Amino acid sequence: MTSPSLTPGAANFSVDQRPSDGPEQPIFSARPDLTPQELLTAYRNMLRVRRFEEKAGQLYGMGYIGGFCHLYIGQEAVVTGMMMAKREGDQVITSYRDHGHMIVLGMDPKGVMAELTGRRSGYSKGKGGSMHMFSVEKGFYGGHGIVGTPAPLGAGLAFANKYRGNDNVCLTFFGEGAANQGQVYESFNMAALWKLPVLFIIENNHYAMGTAVERASAQATELHNRGRAFGVPGREVDGMDVAAVKAAGEEALAHVRSGQGPMILEMLTYRYRGHSMSDPAKYRTREEVQDMRQHHDPIELAHKRLVDLGHAEDELKAIDKEVRETVNEAAQFAQDEPEPASSELWTDVVATKG
Amino acid sequence: MPTDILMPALSPTMEEGTLAKWHVRAGDKVQTGDVIAEIETDKATMEVEAIEDGVIQTILVAEGTEHVPVNQPIAVLQLEDDEALAEGGPTIVQPPSTFEPAETATPTSAVEPSPALGEVEPEVEAAPAGPQAAPAEPAPAPEVPPGTETQDLTMREALRDAMAEEMRRNGDVFVIGEEVAEYQGAYKVTQGLLDEFGARRVIDTPITEYGFAGVGVGAAFAGLRPIVEFMTWNFALQAIDHIINSAAKTLYMSGGQMHCPIVFRGPNGAAARVAAQHSQDFSAIYAQVPGLKVIAPYSAADAKGLLKAAIRENTPVVFLENEILYGQSFPVPMIDDFVLPIGKARIARPGHDVTLVSYSRGLAYTIDAAERLAEEGIDAEVIDLRTLRPLDMDTVLTSVRKTNRIVTIEEGWPVCSIGSELCAYVTAHAFDYLDAPPLKITGADVPMPYAANLEKLALPSVDLVVSAAKSVCYRETAA
Repeated sequence: MTSPSLTPGAANFSVDQRPSDGPEQPIFSARPDLTPQELLTAYRNMLRVRRFEEKAGQLYGMGYIGGFCHLYIGQEAVVTGMMMAKREGDQVITSYRDHGHMIVLGMDPKGVMAELTGRRSGYSKGKGGSMHMFSVEKGFYGGHGIVGTPAPLGAGLAFANKYRGNDNVCLTFFGEGAANQGQVYESFNMAALWKLPVLFIIENNHYAMGTAVERASAQATELHNRGRAFGVPGREVDGMDVAAVKAAGEEALAHVRSGQGPMILEMLTYRYRGHSMSDPAKYRTREEVQDMRQHHDPIELAHKRLVDLGHAEDELKAIDKEVRETVNEAAQFAQDEPEPASSELWTDVVATKG
Repeated sequence: MPTDILMPALSPTMEEGTLAKWHVRAGDKVQTGDVIAEIETDKATMEVEAIEDGVIQTILVAEGTEHVPVNQPIAVLQLEDDEALAEGGPTIVQPPSTFEPAETATPTSAVEPSPALGEVEPEVEAAPAGPQAAPAEPAPAPEVPPGTETQDLTMREALRDAMAEEMRRNGDVFVIGEEVAEYQGAYKVTQGLLDEFGARRVIDTPITEYGFAGVGVGAAFAGLRPIVEFMTWNFALQAIDHIINSAAKTLYMSGGQMHCPIVFRGPNGAAARVAAQHSQDFSAIYAQVPGLKVIAPYSAADAKGLLKAAIRENTPVVFLENEILYGQSFPVPMIDDFVLPIGKARIARPGHDVTLVSYSRGLAYTIDAAERLAEEGIDAEVIDLRTLRPLDMDTVLTSVRKTNRIVTIEEGWPVCSIGSELCAYVTAHAFDYLDAPPLKITGADVPMPYAANLEKLALPSVDLVVSAAKSVCYRETAA
C-alpha cells in the first residue's frame, strides 16, 4: 500500500500542468502566508476541532454517542483554512464527517455535542445526530449522510445565489470516495454549463472507509483534474497546511465569485482515526498513521510556526487549556441535557406553515 | 401500383391528429425522405416523409382537417415503377372535416372476483381510454361554490395555468427539467412558460435526473420554490435518493430548521404500449414516505387547484400526473386564485350502496362503473382521493359507515398498495359497519407487458369494478 505523499508545510506549490487543449486553469499567484494573528486564529480553530473530536470519541466510548460517528481528527487544516477564506453569506455543505465544519463555522459546540448525544438542545433537537446537523443562521446546510449528495445540493444552493443575483459562493465539500459517484459529474456538468458559483472541495483523506484511493479511483492522483472534461479547473492543495488551504481557497473563491463558474480544490489530507468508530483499521499500517501524525500534523505545523514567530509555549498552552475547557463544558452540557420529549417524535415531519 | 399513405402515430398514446399542412399536391413527384405533410397533436408537430418514390395521385385528407385517426389513409401514392400513372389521373377528394373515432370493441370478458379479502386479478374491457375519450363528468369539487362558472380545460392546460399563475405570484417559483423550456415540454405541459417567464425561470436541464433533482433540493434549501419536472416518474427512480433522503427527511433531521419547498411533478402510471420500464404507478411507494405530500389528481380542476397549493406548500410534494389524462378536457372553475386543500378527498358521485375509492386515472373506470351499476340498481358512492399522503381517511370512513361496503381501484401493483392501506384501515376502524370484506382492484402483479392483449389484462377495467362492486353487494355478477 502506498503511503500518501504530502509535503508538509510546503511554502508554495506549482500550478497544475495545463493540457494544451484543456480548459484554462486559473493562475494562483498568492503566497500562502498568514499574518501572525491569522495563524493564531487558525491554530485555535484547529485545536477546537481536535479537542472536540477527541472528546466526542471519548463520549462514544462511554456510550453517550450512538450510531455512526465520523471524526475529523487529522483533517482540521482543510476546514479551518477554507472558513478563513470564505466570506459572510457564502454557504457551506458537506457530507457526514461534518463536526469540524460546524465548529469552525462558529456553531455552538454545546449544541453540536448535545446533538451527538441525542439531547433536546442539540442543533436538530436530537433528531439528526452526528451526520445531520444544520444551521441556517451560520449558512451551514448539512450534514448529509449519503455519499455524493452534497455535490448537486451544493450546486443547487449556488443556483439560488445566481438566481437571486448575489455573489455568494457555495463551498461544497465531499470526500475522495464520493468523487467516484455519478451525481458528482452530473453536478460538474450543470455547474459548468450554467456557470454556478460553487466551489467543489474534495477532502482526499486517502481512504474511503477501508479502500485506499488507489484501489478505488483510476488516476488516483488526479482527482482535482476530474472536472477537466467539463472545463472545470481544479488544483491540488496541501490540505495539512492551513496557510496553503486558505491561500488556495481565497483564490479559488475569487475565481468562482467572479462569475467564471465552478472550480475544484483537491485537499490532500489524512484522517488519523478510523472511518467511523467501528473501524477495524486493517487496511493501513500503524506506521503509516504514526508517520502522518508525527511528521505532517497540521496543528503541530502551525504550532511550530507560531513558536518560530516568537510566541511562547506558555501562551500556546494557555490556548489549548481554554479550548479544552470549552469542550469539557460542551461535553458536560451534552451529558446533562435531557433527551427530547416523547412528543418530538411527531414534530417536524411536515412543515407547519405554508 | 397505387399505395396508401397512412396517418402516422407520433407517440404511443396518439390516436388521432390534425393534418396541419400539405407540402405536396396531387401530381407532384416525391422521393423517399421528402417531407410531404405536417401532422399535429396536442403534444407535438411532426413532418411526414415519403417512404417510397412516386407521384402523389390523390390527396384524401384536406389540409387543416382535425381528428384524423391514426392509420387512416391520407393520400394515395403512385409508385414510380408503375406505368399506369396516367390512368385516372390525379384527383383531390374533399373529406369531411372531422372523423369519428374508431369504434372500440365491446367487452365480453367475465369476471369472478374472489369473495375473500385480497386483490382481484384484473380483467380488462376495451382499450384504455385514449386522450380523446370523453371524460366522465366529475362532480364539482366541494370547495367550489354552486353556480360557479367553469371553462373547459385539458389537464395539461390546467397544470400549465397553475404553474404560470404561481410564477406570476411569486418570483421564487421556477421550473426546471428536461425539455421544459425550448421544446415546450415533452408532453407540452410547460407550453408557453419560457415565452412568458424567460430562461432564468424556465430551465432546460441535461438528461441527468439524479443531478437536477439534487440541484432543485439545494435551491429549495436556500428558500427558492422549484418545480422539478420529470419527463416521467419512471426516470425519477434515478432521483429517488434526493426525493426521499434529501427532500423528505431534512426538515425532521434538522429539528425543524431546514425547509424544502419543492414540487416534483410529471406523468406517472400506466401509459399505453410502452412496456414495463415506462408504464408503472409509483403512488404507493411515495405515499409511504413521511415528510412528503403526495397528490394524484384525476380532473383538471383538481390538478389546477392542487398544483397551486403544492407550489405554496413548504413540505416537499410529489405530484403524480397521468399521461393519458393530459389531453382530456374537464370543466375548471373560473375562480381567481383557485387553490384546493391538500389532503382532502372529493365525493365524485354520491351514493348509498357501495363505496368505490380511487385516484388519478382509476377514476375513469370507477365513474363509468358507477353509471353501469346505477343501471342495475346499485347506487355507488365514488370517492376521488386526490391526495395520497396524507390520506383522507375521514371521508372514506364516513362513506363506508353509510354504504357498509368498499372497493378500492388503482392501476398500481397489489402488494402494499394504496388499496391495501385503505382496506386495512377500514377494517380496523369500521369493522362493525362492514357487510362484506373490503375488496381491492389493482393492476396485475407483473411488470407491464408490451403486447396489446396482455397490457389490457394487466390493468383494471370498468367490468372488473362492476363485478367487484356487485360481489361486495352480494349481487350476482353478469356472465
